[in-house]
Amino acid sequence: MSANLTSGLGRRKSPRVGDGPLFRRALIGTVLVIGAFLILAPLIVIGFEAFKQGWKTYSATIANPDTRHAILLTVVTALIAVPVNTVFGVAAAWAITKFDFRGKRFLLVLIEIPFSVSPIVAGVAYLFVYGLQGIFGPYFDAHDIKILFALPGIILASMFVTAPFVARELIPLMQSQGRDLEEAATSLGASGWRTFFSVTLPNIKWALLYGVVLCNARVMGEFGAVSVVSGNIRGQTNTLPLHIELLYHDYQTAGAFASASILAIIAVFTIIAKVALERQGAGRTRKTVPRPALAANPAEKSS
Amino acid sequence: MKIRLDHVVKTFDTFRAVRDVSLDIESGELVALLGPSGSGKTTILRMVAGLEYSDGGHIYFGDQDATDIPVRERGVGFVFQHYALFPHMTVAENIAFGMKVSKVKRERAAIDARVSELLRLVRLEGLGDRFPAQISGGQRQRVALARALAVDPKVLLLDEPFGALDANVRKDLRRWLREIHEELGITTLFVTHDQEEALDLADRVVILKDGQIVQQGTPEEVCRNPQSAFVMKFLGDANVLSAEVRDGKAYASGASIEVDGLVDGKAELYARPSDLDWSEQGPGIPAVIARVLDRADGRRVIATAETGEHLEFDVAPERALKAGKGGFVTVRRAKVFAA
Repeated sequence: MSANLTSGLGRRKSPRVGDGPLFRRALIGTVLVIGAFLILAPLIVIGFEAFKQGWKTYSATIANPDTRHAILLTVVTALIAVPVNTVFGVAAAWAITKFDFRGKRFLLVLIEIPFSVSPIVAGVAYLFVYGLQGIFGPYFDAHDIKILFALPGIILASMFVTAPFVARELIPLMQSQGRDLEEAATSLGASGWRTFFSVTLPNIKWALLYGVVLCNARVMGEFGAVSVVSGNIRGQTNTLPLHIELLYHDYQTAGAFASASILAIIAVFTIIAKVALERQGAGRTRKTVPRPALAANPAEKSS
Repeated sequence: MKIRLDHVVKTFDTFRAVRDVSLDIESGELVALLGPSGSGKTTILRMVAGLEYSDGGHIYFGDQDATDIPVRERGVGFVFQHYALFPHMTVAENIAFGMKVSKVKRERAAIDARVSELLRLVRLEGLGDRFPAQISGGQRQRVALARALAVDPKVLLLDEPFGALDANVRKDLRRWLREIHEELGITTLFVTHDQEEALDLADRVVILKDGQIVQQGTPEEVCRNPQSAFVMKFLGDANVLSAEVRDGKAYASGASIEVDGLVDGKAELYARPSDLDWSEQGPGIPAVIARVLDRADGRRVIATAETGEHLEFDVAPERALKAGKGGFVTVRRAKVFAA
């Protein structure tokens, strides 16, 4: 077996289609070139442009009150939208995987909608629901509650766009885990909460964190839906992505790139966290729970 | 604790999993629910546990109607086919879980003492600090049993407890479960599709088919006196011969056997491989040996009768029989059911 493997790795011509060295190199080369132009180059440009006029300009741009406010608003939005969506995601995943009810398939599809719909559609829809000409608009206006062109609108739009992230990570995992553990805990006398916190949560924590990280990255970077509902009021309803666009339109290139670099740094940290979490077995790439014990234990049938 | 099922019914969507099952389980009895897949045995067990609600009928624990008592208050110990051990807890933590979540508060020392007592009972002393992934399948199932016993259940329920284990481990655990049952005397109900397991282990076997009880009784009763062709076939290998009943005797291509209580007409004759024998001379069913299978405990012969029916029977390993040889299959005993 091992002898076969080593010879297989040798320079011997492989009979499989598309395995020729020319084809292989051409394919890898194409991907690398496209990747470099499409992804790497813009990132380098952001870093380069942000610091082109020196550290001083960079820190001055960041220290600008409008920029600081935009950062603050983005963080506040994430601090509210991410936990709410986490709770929603866990509840949805729990409902779908542990209960049988009518409309379960419909709920699955519903959760996925924000992925397939353009964020700007969500933004426009919110205008029609909460706007002055919208369904609830006059009611909120009469009670002096501001939803649109204020923080609540921004949070709602962000939540719409990121609603599926946590649920999508949890559903396949919880499906593969089945209901046995929860049933066992309940039969031993544990309450619902107790079962969730001491049995379910420890077994989904990495996938949950993974979903939270992805959700957070998207909330902080969301542009389309938020730009419709926020009203773009500088220093008041501008999140970081909107602020970047505004600076750019004002020909403040350095400022735009400096602000963009903050988002880029957040993205880099997100990716580091994502990779670290994937090492812990989280992420949708692994649909089944790893069960090393099966291999370690020849006395057991894997039925 | 005595358990009584009174006309219990369960339907999943349109599938009637359990149809009007009534069953009494005496206190301290070890009862097997035996049936092919889809016969409703697991559903019955889960209804007794409270993991599934019945659509009709009642389940009594002693004199108390337990039908609507939620699972966490029923006081049952449930053992799952795939163990369902909490993977993030050690063996000791798994066993202690039920005591920790109990409404009856226990001292930590008392819990620890009970855990080590249970580890001794299931013969896993010294493995308390391992995680479920670090022990074998058989050991895991023993942990699952210890965990179920830790809450002092009134009733112990086991769902195909040895189904995921290989044959040798299964046999050991079977004997061991019987010993534990004798030691503790807890009313125990277990589900299996393995007739050998049911007959080895249980005081009483309840055989199910399509959500209904077809026969119940001690292993001796169901083995010696199967009341239907289904039970006969399900409990072990059986040869089937078409036969005809005339004047209290069943005739099947050259063999005949006395029968009681069957009206004249077409019938089927069922015989176990050990109920048949081989003879060079008649009378008997004329046949030609097709194959001889040598096994550790004897020889199994497959013969083809003149009618084209295949017959399997066991002979002593010393008997010199070869494929192609002609002769007669004799019937020592058989069961006849109207066709």
